[in-house]
Amino acid sequence: MAQNKLLRIEKLVLYFNTLHGSVQAVDGVNFSLDSNRAVVVLGESGCGKSSLAKAILRLLPRNVGTYSGHIYLDGKDIMELGEEEFRLNIRWAAMSMVPQAAMNALNPVMRVGEQVAEPAIIHLGVNKTEALALVQKMFQHVGVPADFINRYPFELSGGMRQRVAIAMALVTSPSLIILDEPTSALDVLTQANIFNVLKRLKKELGISFILITHDIATSSELADDVAVMYAGQIVEVSDAHRFFDKPLHPYSQKLMDSVPRLHSDKEPDFIVGRPPSLIDPPKGCRFADRCPARFEKCVEEPPEVEQDGRKVKCWLYV
Amino acid sequence: MVLKAQDVDKTENTREVLLAVDDLHVWFELRRFGFGRAGYVKAVDGVTFDVHAGEAIAVVGESGCGKSSLMKTILGLYKPTKGKITFDTKDLSLLDRKGMHWYHSHVGYVQQDPYGALAPFMSIQKILEEPLIIGGIKDKEERKQRIFKAMEEVKLSPVEDFLPKYPHMLSGGQQQRVVIARAMIMGPKFLVADEPVSMLDASVRVEILRLLRGLQETHNLSVIYITHDLSTVSYFSERIFVMYAGNLVEKAKVRRLLDNPLHPYTAALLTGTSEPDAKNADTFKEIPPGEPPSLVNPPSGCRFHPRCPKIIKGLCEVQYPPEFEPEPGHQVACWLYKE
Repeated sequence: MAQNKLLRIEKLVLYFNTLHGSVQAVDGVNFSLDSNRAVVVLGESGCGKSSLAKAILRLLPRNVGTYSGHIYLDGKDIMELGEEEFRLNIRWAAMSMVPQAAMNALNPVMRVGEQVAEPAIIHLGVNKTEALALVQKMFQHVGVPADFINRYPFELSGGMRQRVAIAMALVTSPSLIILDEPTSALDVLTQANIFNVLKRLKKELGISFILITHDIATSSELADDVAVMYAGQIVEVSDAHRFFDKPLHPYSQKLMDSVPRLHSDKEPDFIVGRPPSLIDPPKGCRFADRCPARFEKCVEEPPEVEQDGRKVKCWLYV
Repeated sequence: MVLKAQDVDKTENTREVLLAVDDLHVWFELRRFGFGRAGYVKAVDGVTFDVHAGEAIAVVGESGCGKSSLMKTILGLYKPTKGKITFDTKDLSLLDRKGMHWYHSHVGYVQQDPYGALAPFMSIQKILEEPLIIGGIKDKEERKQRIFKAMEEVKLSPVEDFLPKYPHMLSGGQQQRVVIARAMIMGPKFLVADEPVSMLDASVRVEILRLLRGLQETHNLSVIYITHDLSTVSYFSERIFVMYAGNLVEKAKVRRLLDNPLHPYTAALLTGTSEPDAKNADTFKEIPPGEPPSLVNPPSGCRFHPRCPKIIKGLCEVQYPPEFEPEPGHQVACWLYKE
């Protein structure tokens, strides 16, 4: 079973040390991803979803406390690799990332073509001319006009810069791309265009995506599977069809109710209260304080229950 | 259905016009070497509309379409290049310093980024007290009472706990509530909310929008709500104005516009807005190519024509379309609706 999975994450833990104590940003996360599929990681700000992305790519800041668990990529545990081997063979070679606010992540004093070529030169060992030819091809995939290759980032619009950042993640032909809030700073039409690009990449190049976002409505544009994250833990994993139809976990249900819809008069709802601090998260179910369906059991840590291939971490389904 | 709509139109006509914007142009001069003129950024280029007392209006448009310039001009922060803004029958351009003070005490402004809008070195109490001091309320006790009332209205309680805090100690939602309390503290008749929820989490967004709507109803406020997100407008406003490249291209009642968009640009915006549905992943969206034009040198004729799927050759690129009214109360600036 484990063999045909592209990515399988087991008990991934990432804690940060701060002056106020240990921040449990990622706390025992399990999920897996088949090749040529897209999983959406949904959650509010501060739930640890960006830390999850960093933990997968091992892009860690200095104040890491605990970093443990297993990440199997094509059946091989990449947590056991040394830093140099990870850098050479995994990061950007096997999986890459489009960082949050990617449009501002480009180097302002380098031509965009050279920036996109850089990972190809380092990881594929090609020379500059070959790399630039590769960049041309990638630009075509993401819909950037070929003559933009000699421009600087400030000469491009936000949507174009975002496409360049995607091209940079693509240029080494990785099997997995992690997208951290790829369109949250963009306008509606640009956003729709970017999602069209991502869908086409998935179809034509067979790439897998992990899409990290808080925007449920647009996440459905790409999702095959959905993982909902709350206070450092994954509380629900489901296929997209059943999830968008009827989520299981009370938190997912509440999130879904908070989405405003265009063609319905149903009032959107909001979730009372705030997510707990990750420094000293509550014992038992972390959502219990805000949960409308709370009962006695919830003071204990809920188990992960499997129901028709969907997973939910909630006492209601035991 | 038709009858009902007409009834609403009638009641609206009897409401007094609070703010009237007439043929407003806001152009920014581009200078070369500090003196030579290099052209103009035509941020607002001929905008006309009325806002009635107690009416909530949404202005929808993409970034760079001029919606923030329009709002800042209404707030009196920019001077109009051409055109007139009338508030409560007074022409803004004729008001002197004292008059502008009077005007500013009647309009509230809710900024987009709450953290950027609150001075980091001032406590919440100071932040809320400042407009009262400027507004000339000398009695300390009265200022305190007003602050308490505003804080309770935005549901930041217990008030005593919040007053000595600094903005960084609050969550994004709470910061936005402080911004709203500050906008409300002088008891305005009119509120301008510039993307008030775009920086907040989805779960908090709805809470803030409900709060704004509650305030609008209890105080009979007129509100202009600026946004790029069409999905939130129907919960908040009665009419929508769609803005593209410095012009209002469509004006209508919320439901009518969402159910029957007339302008091709509005239709594209609606297609671009996603609803949570797993079927979305299987289809590509038909979105007009390209990006909004530069406002320095906008396209001739209709500014949407280079991207428009329904372009009428020989007309759209030559002449700017006037406003047509294909159904009562629904105006659209598009040649498709020429009788």
